Amino acid sequence: MKVPLKWLKDYVKITLPVTELAEGLTATGLEVGEIINTGGAWENVIIGEVTAINPHPNADRLKLATVNLGKEQETVVCGAPNLNKGDKIAFARVGARLINPETRKAEELKAAKIRGVESRGMICSERELGISDSHEGIMVLAGEAEVGTALADFMGDTVLDIDVTANRPDCLSVVGIAREAAAICGEKVNIPEIIYEEVGEPIEKQASVEIIDSELCPRYCASLITNVKIKESPAWLQERLIACGQRPISNIVDITNYIMLEYGQPLHSFDYEKLKGGKIVVQRAKDGEKFYTLDGEERKLTGDMLTIRDGERAVAIAGVMGGLNSDVTESTTSILLEAASFKATSLHHTSRYLGLTSEASMRFERDIGAGLTIPALKHATQLIAELGGGKVAKGIIDVYPGKKDPEPITITTEKTERLIGVAYNSEQIVKALTALGIECKAEGAKVRATAPYWRSDIKIEEDLIEEVARFYGYDKIPLTLLGQEIPRQDPSPEINLKKAITTSLAGMGFQEIMNYSLTSLDMINKVASDPDTVKPLRLTNPMTADQEYLRPSLRGNLLSTLAANRRHEEGGVALFEVGKVYIPRKNDLPDEPEMLCGVMNGDRAERSWLGSESACDFYDVKGVMEGLFRQLGIDISFENSQDEGLHPARQAAITATNNGRKVKLGVIGEVHPKTADAFEIEGTVCLFEISIGAMLPLASQVKMYKPVPRFPSTVRDMALVVDTSVTNQQILDIVKGFKLISEVELFDVYAGKQVAEGKKSLAYRLIYQAPDHTLTDEEVNKVQEQVTARLAKELGVTLRK
Amino acid sequence: MLNEIEKIKTEALKQLGGTDNAKDLEAWRVKYLGKKSPLTQILRGLAGLSIEERKAVGAAANQLKNQLENASTEKETSLREAQLKTEAQKESVDISLPGRPYPAGHVHPITKTINEVSDIFVSMGFQILGGPDVEWDYYNFEALNIPDEHPARDNMSSFWIDAPSGEKGKQLLRTHTTAITARTLENYEPPIRAVEVGKCYRYEATDATHLNIFHHIDGIAVDKGITMGDLKGVLYEFARRYFGGERKVRFRVDYFPFVEPGVEMAIECTVCKGAGCRVCKNSGWLEILGAGMTHPYVLRRGGIDPEEYGSFAFGMGIERLPMLRYGIEDMRLFYNNDLRFLRQF
Repeated sequence: MKVPLKWLKDYVKITLPVTELAEGLTATGLEVGEIINTGGAWENVIIGEVTAINPHPNADRLKLATVNLGKEQETVVCGAPNLNKGDKIAFARVGARLINPETRKAEELKAAKIRGVESRGMICSERELGISDSHEGIMVLAGEAEVGTALADFMGDTVLDIDVTANRPDCLSVVGIAREAAAICGEKVNIPEIIYEEVGEPIEKQASVEIIDSELCPRYCASLITNVKIKESPAWLQERLIACGQRPISNIVDITNYIMLEYGQPLHSFDYEKLKGGKIVVQRAKDGEKFYTLDGEERKLTGDMLTIRDGERAVAIAGVMGGLNSDVTESTTSILLEAASFKATSLHHTSRYLGLTSEASMRFERDIGAGLTIPALKHATQLIAELGGGKVAKGIIDVYPGKKDPEPITITTEKTERLIGVAYNSEQIVKALTALGIECKAEGAKVRATAPYWRSDIKIEEDLIEEVARFYGYDKIPLTLLGQEIPRQDPSPEINLKKAITTSLAGMGFQEIMNYSLTSLDMINKVASDPDTVKPLRLTNPMTADQEYLRPSLRGNLLSTLAANRRHEEGGVALFEVGKVYIPRKNDLPDEPEMLCGVMNGDRAERSWLGSESACDFYDVKGVMEGLFRQLGIDISFENSQDEGLHPARQAAITATNNGRKVKLGVIGEVHPKTADAFEIEGTVCLFEISIGAMLPLASQVKMYKPVPRFPSTVRDMALVVDTSVTNQQILDIVKGFKLISEVELFDVYAGKQVAEGKKSLAYRLIYQAPDHTLTDEEVNKVQEQVTARLAKELGVTLRK
Repeated sequence: MLNEIEKIKTEALKQLGGTDNAKDLEAWRVKYLGKKSPLTQILRGLAGLSIEERKAVGAAANQLKNQLENASTEKETSLREAQLKTEAQKESVDISLPGRPYPAGHVHPITKTINEVSDIFVSMGFQILGGPDVEWDYYNFEALNIPDEHPARDNMSSFWIDAPSGEKGKQLLRTHTTAITARTLENYEPPIRAVEVGKCYRYEATDATHLNIFHHIDGIAVDKGITMGDLKGVLYEFARRYFGGERKVRFRVDYFPFVEPGVEMAIECTVCKGAGCRVCKNSGWLEILGAGMTHPYVLRRGGIDPEEYGSFAFGMGIERLPMLRYGIEDMRLFYNNDLRFLRQF
């Protein structure tokens, strides 16, 4: 809401400097976003009068305008179509800073030769002056503008641009802001009494109003003005509209807009002659009814929309937009003026449904209350009579089926103190509420208050308490820290686990990334690991195809992030993300499991003058997972896996045992070359994908400590030759079965000339350890023989000599 | 005899002074302290001397023997030190060469911020709680005093989910983590202190300071006797710990349907320190969060009697906090995931 200071001062004495007023408004909930000095940029722009117009010698479209500037005159080149002799205009002298209409940036005006004619100065359009976007012609000033005076003196003002919160529709008006300013300045609001002459027949004899759907229209007021002349508004009215960011059109439209800005009550003017039977009927539209709004568009109405109708048809969509069939035009002479109250939610629905939001609908949607109708209607009627030369019919029509007496609200000192923490007494409460225009009376520790008609937002005691608190200032409330006992706090194992994973992986050189949870179908299909997976969750109103689906996996965006970084990253890249994926569920909100996913690509270690470069592979990602789970204290195993998104022969599932039950925690592997190609990533991409939920019970388990061995251990190496198909795990399963063997470490794998075709050699170091004595060589030898015997029997293993 | 001892002493010490390597030192030891050395001979010959002579010569010879042994040990130490010094010089490194790289990754700045902010509130007795991203209309709006067709819904345009409605309305992506507050009030009995963090979604165009997917943290405290003074105290404490104690904090009136009275907290601009600049739009202040005393309607919806319990609630955007602290001007950088950006945190 733009509020010109000159206008504000019509209703309240402003005793504070404008910056302090702005601070006060901001502190009490009306945030002043900007203080605009209109005219501040109009140095060297003065008011002139066009005294002569001559053709340009070298151009048909251009003219030479002679402008009287009071003490001197200038002849300049002008191409505007609306250049008329005798018009008052804004003249920019050389040196003025004007907005370049093309670039919209301020530039200094210089003398120029235009088609061979010297031009020192310029007649300005509104756009060049930064008043509005209009650039179709020059700005023509009102007749009373004084030639030779600075434009800033004539039109300049200070304008407060105020962000009005949704609960204060009353402040979408100059009078509303004046009430707030009065409380801040300690002054009274003075709204001039409205007096106008009424003549002829009473309005009831000429027009009628009937409200059929009264739940959507609590009140409808109307006045009738005849013998009206449609013409331009006077300068003062135009300027105020311009200062508020509105374009003047003609007197009737301007007056309704002006009153809306003044009181916050939208009005509508009908051409009375076009209302069949002089009737107004407020009723829901017929379902499917077609209606031409005054912007010329055909609208299809639904049965839940409220219309204003005459004896035969719809003439307006209530509170949203009028119709072509009843619009005020240049030939209009009689006006039926509407000031009504419509149900906010219904209006909100209609304006959103039709895509028609306006200054008027915005006010109605915020529930402006029914009390503003009469003062707004009266002032508008007076202005139409005054500025349109009209005659006002006797009386006004006021149909008010929704009339309710305002309910008094009780505010107690006890509750106020309980909520705010400051003990205001009832006199202080009365003082604050009275200053804000709220009628009230103290009754001991209670104050009974009645909200004025313009404060539709005040409904309960807490609303009044806010009024008291803001009147005295939030800054006056002392800071206290919760003094109560701290409520029971429970551990957050999931948060702790995620923190541990993140810290640990970052420590291993991984960069955490964070992607949006919305993605495209294309991205989902690129990494789909299983064609049978349930369909991903779709938005009904996506903004772009890139963000149309909720991600069912972290893989796609992670690979895409890797590919994007490859444009500038050499060497190794290792990334991970912890986040939710979204799996639809029938008749419920989707499941949102937290996942951990990571990728590695390129060099396994940072490039260095000390090291050699080698690309990471399956065993790197396996090593990372082994390290991570060791840190988290979770024992894991690796098993064969079939994940379509991963290399069929280079992947594994990670499993663990929880309460004797085997659970799958996730998968690791090299990304399927097809998938890597789809993302245009070169080289092997390693990936891990783990379910945080599956890890959680394992990470939270407390493991009992094992005593540190008291007796020395014995170390034996063992080189085995086996078929290439025998796995390390098969050997470990046998070796680890022997009680005295505490650790087994594979330290070499060899296949080549030294062993037979189809065979490989595996070398292990076995650590023998007994908890209660030092092992003898005989004991160790005996077990070692048993081990080799079992390996030979079960896996065909021979010892390598 | 004593003269001879004196002579050995002079000669031995002189020669030791000229010794500069281990080999010569060993030869010196053999010559002066060995079995065949003159000093050993003297000590062996003591038995043949008279008692008086034996006493005098014995004492002198033993003293010299000790002296020479000590001198030899000292020499040996100093020779070894000298040798180590020479050898160490040969092993010198170029300290300006890069070290052997050990992996060092980074935690995302938003994760860091969430952890830091949550920790501040946890230390004041708040518990971290979560909730679903896909939410029922009821928790996101209805329970928070934002009924259908309420104008506040226009500021929180929503992404709706292509899924059937349930008893609690349509499914949407939550527009604020205040939705979790609605669940907290329903699921917990007072006293309550909780903070709720997560992604939020709004149907809005994105630019340098607005994203359609971003993070929020909300908080709620419910207990007997909680006042607006506590709201101010807790939020001031948060601002002091996150932005530093020298920064001014201001509380202003604002409106949110789920609180009454409503509060907005701003801090002195981190860029211009209150003088006015582009970042704070010349106001000198930066709005950090919205808050207020929980609306009685919202408490009642959560099954809490507003006449018995006091309550305040607050909510703020996460991304803005590191932007202000590190001078980041474009919010989109957090989710572009460019390693050249992320590695700086």
